[in-house]
Amino acid sequence: MKYVAPSSVEEATSLLSSSPSAQVFAGATDVVPQIRAGRPAPEVLVDLKKIEELVSVANDEDKWTVGAATPTANLTDDPAFSEEFPGLTEAAGLIGSDQIQNRSSLGGNLCNGSPAADSVPAMVVNGARAVVAGPNGTRVLDVAEVVTGPGQTSLDADEFIVEFEIDRIPARTGDAYLRMIPRTEMDIAVVGAGARITLAEDGSIEHAALALAAVAPTVVRVPEAEAALVGNTADDETLSAVADAASEACDPIDDKRGTVAYRRQVAGVLAKRAVLIAIERAQQRNGTN
Amino acid sequence: MAITEENPGYKWVGTRPIRPDGLEKVTGKAQFGADLMLPGMLFGKVVRSPHAHARIISIDTTAAEAMVGVKAVITGGDFPDLAANGAHPSEIDVANNTIAREKVLYEGHVVAAVAATTREQAEAAAEAVEVTYEILSHVLTVDEAMADGAPLLHEGMITKGVDPAPEEASNVASKILHERGDLDQGFGEADVVVEREFTTKPVHQGYIEPHAAVADANSDGRAHIWCSSQGHFQMRAYSASVLGISPGMLKVTAAEIGGGFGGKTVIYLEPLAVRLSQRAGRPVKLVMDRDEVFRATGPTSGTRIKVKMGVAKDGKITAAEVWMAYEAGAYAGSPVGAAGMTAIACYDIPNFVVEGYDVVCNKPRVAAYRAPGAPMAAFAVESVLDELARDIGMDPIDIRLANAAVEGTQASYGPKFPRIGFVETLEAIKDHPNYTADLGPNQGRGIAAGFWFNAGMMSSATVHINENGTATVVTGSPDIGGSRQSMALMAAEELGIPYESIKAVVADTETVGFNDVTGGSRVTLATGAAVVDACRLIIEDLRARAAKTWDVELDQVEWVDGQAQHAEGAQPPLSLKDLAAKSGRTGGPISANASLNSRGVGAGFSTQLCDVEVDPETGVTRVVRYLTAQDAGRAISPDYVEGQMQGGVVQGIGWALNEEYIHDSDGVMENPSFLDYRIPVASDLPMIDCAIVEVPNPAHPYGVRGVGEVGIVPPMAAVGNAINDALDVRMTDLPMSPVKVLEALNEQRD
Ligand SMILES: Cc1cc2nc3c(=O)[nH]c(=O)nc-3n(C[C@H](O)[C@H](O)[C@H](O)COP(=O)(O)OP(=O)(O)OC[C@H]3O[C@@H](n4cnc5c(N)ncnc54)[C@H](O)[C@@H]3O)c2cc1C
Repeated sequence: MKYVAPSSVEEATSLLSSSPSAQVFAGATDVVPQIRAGRPAPEVLVDLKKIEELVSVANDEDKWTVGAATPTANLTDDPAFSEEFPGLTEAAGLIGSDQIQNRSSLGGNLCNGSPAADSVPAMVVNGARAVVAGPNGTRVLDVAEVVTGPGQTSLDADEFIVEFEIDRIPARTGDAYLRMIPRTEMDIAVVGAGARITLAEDGSIEHAALALAAVAPTVVRVPEAEAALVGNTADDETLSAVADAASEACDPIDDKRGTVAYRRQVAGVLAKRAVLIAIERAQQRNGTN
Repeated sequence: MAITEENPGYKWVGTRPIRPDGLEKVTGKAQFGADLMLPGMLFGKVVRSPHAHARIISIDTTAAEAMVGVKAVITGGDFPDLAANGAHPSEIDVANNTIAREKVLYEGHVVAAVAATTREQAEAAAEAVEVTYEILSHVLTVDEAMADGAPLLHEGMITKGVDPAPEEASNVASKILHERGDLDQGFGEADVVVEREFTTKPVHQGYIEPHAAVADANSDGRAHIWCSSQGHFQMRAYSASVLGISPGMLKVTAAEIGGGFGGKTVIYLEPLAVRLSQRAGRPVKLVMDRDEVFRATGPTSGTRIKVKMGVAKDGKITAAEVWMAYEAGAYAGSPVGAAGMTAIACYDIPNFVVEGYDVVCNKPRVAAYRAPGAPMAAFAVESVLDELARDIGMDPIDIRLANAAVEGTQASYGPKFPRIGFVETLEAIKDHPNYTADLGPNQGRGIAAGFWFNAGMMSSATVHINENGTATVVTGSPDIGGSRQSMALMAAEELGIPYESIKAVVADTETVGFNDVTGGSRVTLATGAAVVDACRLIIEDLRARAAKTWDVELDQVEWVDGQAQHAEGAQPPLSLKDLAAKSGRTGGPISANASLNSRGVGAGFSTQLCDVEVDPETGVTRVVRYLTAQDAGRAISPDYVEGQMQGGVVQGIGWALNEEYIHDSDGVMENPSFLDYRIPVASDLPMIDCAIVEVPNPAHPYGVRGVGEVGIVPPMAAVGNAINDALDVRMTDLPMSPVKVLEALNEQRD
């Protein structure tokens, strides 16, 4: 196994094109444990952390740009970012532990392809986009389009994510992420729920986004729940429709971490709770950002 | 908080000095099992069975032996056939568990081992060992193992303890029975009877340091082993037996140990490392990965337990009937015997039957785990007692006080209790502010109690006085819970010199007299008594030297505050420092040995109070407040006593809420990692409040009872009783995971 650390996107893409079994990594908090657990090691491991734009957090008037290999600790430590996206920040802040978060990245969390990846529902509800570099330049994908199944992505072998773009949050909008684990940390989501709500001037719900983790082969959106919310307020009836729709959207498995019935039921509970938190945050953010 | 009956005015005993091993541990200098490197050392790797139950048809090692860097490959055939040599069955089991001969009995059972120049070469060679198996059907639980027509692990196993002996072999290794009084009459006198059935899963000791051993064999047949264990004398004895040599051929040095909790009282790697080293002619290191630790070491038993108890309206227990079956794993020897003796030992019950079964199944052989066997039985009994108290409207402490064993009570397992402190632990809980603290929504409070014998056994100690008047205390008890500090504190108290002037060390098997394992909560009691004995011999010697110096009779010399004093003050005192400096002129070096068979154990009791909050929509239980009261006899080192009390509780909380072995239908463990085998993390827990109760053990010079184990006995019932108090659901199946709690709540809502 060879280790290389290119210093530019171009160098990295050409390395990937020339060695078919090369694999990129950022924090390696998934890659190294997987190799240790017996997954065949690639011939070349390409460290993305030496490429400047992959390790940066920046914003302009329209959007935030987060380098795909940025340690998630840089996000959770960024007061402006966490103020604007408390839900995504909480999701990133749930990954592993302090030690893990000094390494772990959004790009790795997404491209590892785990249905239980904590930051992914939170990125999805915030409409995050992935800027993907390949031999023929870059293309932009919705984050929701990247993962196609457990451990599988729509990226080509010689492509990788350079950065994520997230539009600045509109007024009266809040996001939230909750996960259920049996412990309080160092665990894998049994169910995760990300929500983002935009309120209309009159306090009713104008836009809603809800995404669930760990209940299906990939992170799933719950359009029925979103539809039930739009135009309404968070009354009991609406919330119970949200919970039902979330449970219904699940396509879970029985495994050592939870049963089908448990995941369905708790998906509904967390969906409801995440929506309530997002609404509360939206109410607090009355002006513009 | 210490409740001290009388304060004897100790100067060192009962203080909280800095721990002697702290600096080396926090700076990374301490040498644990895997840290030793020797010149020319090879790395070993063990080959393990992927099947839960299979016959070994053949093992082909030729490919592995031909690989680059490979220096030795061994299989069961490289060890003596103890069965053919007429060894004791328990020795045969140890040998067969170390490396399989004809059959593998669990996934992870060792079938071969290799040694090579690098770790990678060893791993590749282990992969290349070709084992052909005939897969047999397996049994994973006591239910499966005890079912009619169940496949047998050991074809000749006839249940012991049954009269007449059964004719047919089964998976039941033995039966135990304790009886008193008349059960029917007892239940007839009860106003309320509760009957419940409980199940628990195997759980692992979860020590952070995996097993590791280095062996260096000489061409004369002798070998030196360095390993992390709870008893290097025991490792020597077991290893010698498996290797078919005399124990004197082996020298074992104890490494620092990163946790054991009972699980390091047994051998796994040591004889394999010795044989590999002999074959290769080089030192060999074997270190387990975490998944090997889970698959092949520990755990303690999964169980099924039925309890029926009756009480009169005044709270008096009139009868108890307990039936229990404990998984032993692959070889006979579950802790059901201790479970039977401890199940109702807290209480004075006139009529009872306690019946237990030791059942083999295709899981790793169980090993001791803190108060082996007692916690599961207590989970069942203390849950039922909680329900009885509710049914008659009695406070859970009061019902326990009404039945508590006291000095003179005939223990359920036979002897009469000497002075014990159970009642005092109950009162300590009742007197604590936690007992009346307000509970929030979805919160509940639970109480449970537990008993453990504590052990005595054999210990040796040597005390040397150095030329400057400092002292070295040498024992052979690996320090797993702070014994070096306790030994130094007792020696300081005896000799009358500062704690800082004493260094306590753990010596190898050739440098100090025999010591039994560090287990059974026995070291502060028994090894401590040996240290005290040795110190008293030293003081005798010092007094004699002072008498000689002053030319007075021995009885004119007293030892006070670290110095020899003349009874009438006719001479200026001679300090230990003075006497040490003059030792060359008063008889030579000052040193003493003491060896003993412990003179009397002091039973340990613990009562615990747990507050939980349950999320009724997700079933997640969080422990929000926890108090443990335990009779230490005397807390020589209160910091370490609290550490033991808290550690036992924390392991019990893990056992209660999340820990379990999960096997698939092929008998393969599905969660052999700390990610999915969920021991509690720090953020899962509140501060564990401690109330040290001190009712001195009359049989120990300082009143020590032993504190390492009983703390893990009550937590599962305390947590379960608290969940029941919060939401009115009685959990009878461990762990009380979110999935199960939510299921129970759903049923309640239907
Ligand atoms: C102890 C521990 C606890 C954990 N807890 C959690 C948790 O609570 N929640 C959670 O969601 N995860 C958890 N994880 C998993 C892991 O930490 C996260 O998924 C993390 O975000 C991965 O980021 P990374 O940068 O380390 O990924 P890496 O290991 O570097 O990469 C992961 C995968 O993504 C690919 N990849 C990385 N970067 C890119 C890129 N820019 N473009 C294309 N592909 C890329 C790699 O090739 C690899 O396949 C835990 C891991 C550990 C070891």
